[in-house]
Amino acid sequence: MSTPADQTEAFHQRIDEALHNDQLRRNFRSALTGIMARRAEQFPDDAQLQALRDQARAVRANSLVRQPELLEQLETKLTGNGIQVHWAESPEQANAIIHTILDAAGAKTVVKGKSMVSEETELNHFLERRGIEVIESDLGEYIIQLAEEPPSHIVAPAIHKNRVEVAELFRRFHPEIPYTEDIDTLTQSARQILRNRFANADAGISGVNFAVAETGTLCLVENEGNGRLSTTAPRLHIAITGVEKVVEKLSDVPPLLEILTKSATGQPITTYFNMISRPRQPGELDGPEAVHLVLLDNGRSRIRVDEELLDTLRCIRCGACINHCPVYVQLGGHAYGTVYPGPIGLALEPQRVGIDKVGTLTSACTMCGACGEVCPVRIPLPKLINRLRAEAVDGQRSDAGLPGHGSLRKSGEAVTWRVWRQLYASPRLYRLFTWAATRLRALTPPRLGAWTRYRSAPKPASRPLRELVRQEGFRHE
Amino acid sequence: MSEARERILKRLRANRPAASPAPDAYQKPLGWDRERRIAAFSERMQAVRGEVHRVARDAWTDWLARELPARGLRQVLVGNGAVGDQLAERAPDGIALRRYDQPVEAWKASLFDDVDVAITAARAGLAESGTLVLWPDAAEPRLMSLVPPVHIALLDVGRLHENFAAAIAVENWADGMPTNALLISGPSKTADIEQTLAYGIHGPKQLITLLLD
Repeated sequence: MSTPADQTEAFHQRIDEALHNDQLRRNFRSALTGIMARRAEQFPDDAQLQALRDQARAVRANSLVRQPELLEQLETKLTGNGIQVHWAESPEQANAIIHTILDAAGAKTVVKGKSMVSEETELNHFLERRGIEVIESDLGEYIIQLAEEPPSHIVAPAIHKNRVEVAELFRRFHPEIPYTEDIDTLTQSARQILRNRFANADAGISGVNFAVAETGTLCLVENEGNGRLSTTAPRLHIAITGVEKVVEKLSDVPPLLEILTKSATGQPITTYFNMISRPRQPGELDGPEAVHLVLLDNGRSRIRVDEELLDTLRCIRCGACINHCPVYVQLGGHAYGTVYPGPIGLALEPQRVGIDKVGTLTSACTMCGACGEVCPVRIPLPKLINRLRAEAVDGQRSDAGLPGHGSLRKSGEAVTWRVWRQLYASPRLYRLFTWAATRLRALTPPRLGAWTRYRSAPKPASRPLRELVRQEGFRHE
Repeated sequence: MSEARERILKRLRANRPAASPAPDAYQKPLGWDRERRIAAFSERMQAVRGEVHRVARDAWTDWLARELPARGLRQVLVGNGAVGDQLAERAPDGIALRRYDQPVEAWKASLFDDVDVAITAARAGLAESGTLVLWPDAAEPRLMSLVPPVHIALLDVGRLHENFAAAIAVENWADGMPTNALLISGPSKTADIEQTLAYGIHGPKQLITLLLD
């Protein structure tokens, strides 16, 4: 059992490793600088951007308010369309459902489109342990599957690797292909390697970007075509998504799609927007004969209870907050140690996994506010992170029912803040304190633990400002 | 797992967040005339390496008769609809015309390995984003626009909408979605290695739009 202190130490160790990996930091800096510039180019008119953000926020907020009705409507529509709907409260349940479906179909090989929800459930490992071969088919996901690493970014999973590292992986796993560091040639190699997989896989698994209740439609956003292949070429398609992804109407989709692709990668639109409403119909010659949707809760319904924390669920997973985070750019995604890194990870993961397990993450924030400014659905990320910091050290019971509430509270720290509050709330005590601190400044300790590892110790001035001002003859304080 | 369903819905019904204002119906009218729409579509499509050619309505088979051999595209896949019929009537010399007329399971390996180019109709186009709208069906199945290395789409200029929101509204999509609806904006691409754009990953390496006028 790891304690909150272990959690903090492990996090600090990962940070230390990341900060000392110059190659990693160069890879992130150069990739993120490019993405930020491309996003900015897509929004030349600030008024239009703000209006689009308002629209996207309203669509997502409305869908969260009406979530139970919309999920039932979605289920009814999908079922009517011939798509089978499954509900899972936990990752274990979701994995078991998917395995049962694959097993019943006799599926032994699976091609997968990108899905962060399947990372939440660690689906690949679960299936592989049961003898099912799972091939990630998004190029970035394929690269990190070879490297046996988790994604370091929710949109660009292999963003931490440069071309030389990718070339090395291809040499190791595909020695039959001539070695190259040329990105176009590497891309063509991946095409050749994965083409057979698409043609021969028994089943395809994908995520979902938006699920439309009105029409019973699963929408997937992608550039490569691997998502379309995974959902079209095999006889069986299983989609997995979080319960919060439902939206009410088809007409809600265009503004979300536009702001998603522009915010995520600085593209006016992705190459493919794939809308699936049915399995193969009589007379149709391709497409899966069976389509399943697994709706995963995994803490989402609990998050929705709190009026403030609820905003977390508006997220459309564009990654803009991550791309603009001054902490993420230094650390990269793996240092966080969670499925979702960066600002959205700081807000979501302590709620989903528990403050006692990953609450320390919330310290990885400078409160600069960049994430909140770029968020396409106006999630007040700095406010949420601040709230979770307070929840982590709060000594009272909380209505939000957050797992691990108060688990990072330290009695010494709590006493310090209580004293601080007393001092600042009482002018007399404050004057006494500053009088003493300035007179006794020679006694300031030269070393203050971690603070003075990279900084000099703060020393009080010889006289408080208040006294200096009086000496100058000012009387009105 | 219906217990899971009941428990999730029960938790969700147990509280209703404060109502947030319902979103306005999203429309983004640009007031673009026909020529402006054609120009925008072409510019956006070409910006992501899609080819666009304006061709007279009755001359697209001529264009193909000229271009397919010139580009070395010999194994040509067409569907069972009007496009396939018209092309079959005057198949250019040196071209093997193949019909997608049996379930994919019967010829999957050949579809993946042998076909050079597929030719389909597009249902509509979106000018603002340079996008083809396809509703694949029994006559022109889903994998045609995905598996062959080259995809040629025929788009009637009269079916160019300003944008996605307009297409959904004007064509009233909400009344009945097809098995699969697709927006396609350029050939397949990736930027997963060093955020550097590379074309032709899993889908078509080339996307050619013939704008029929």
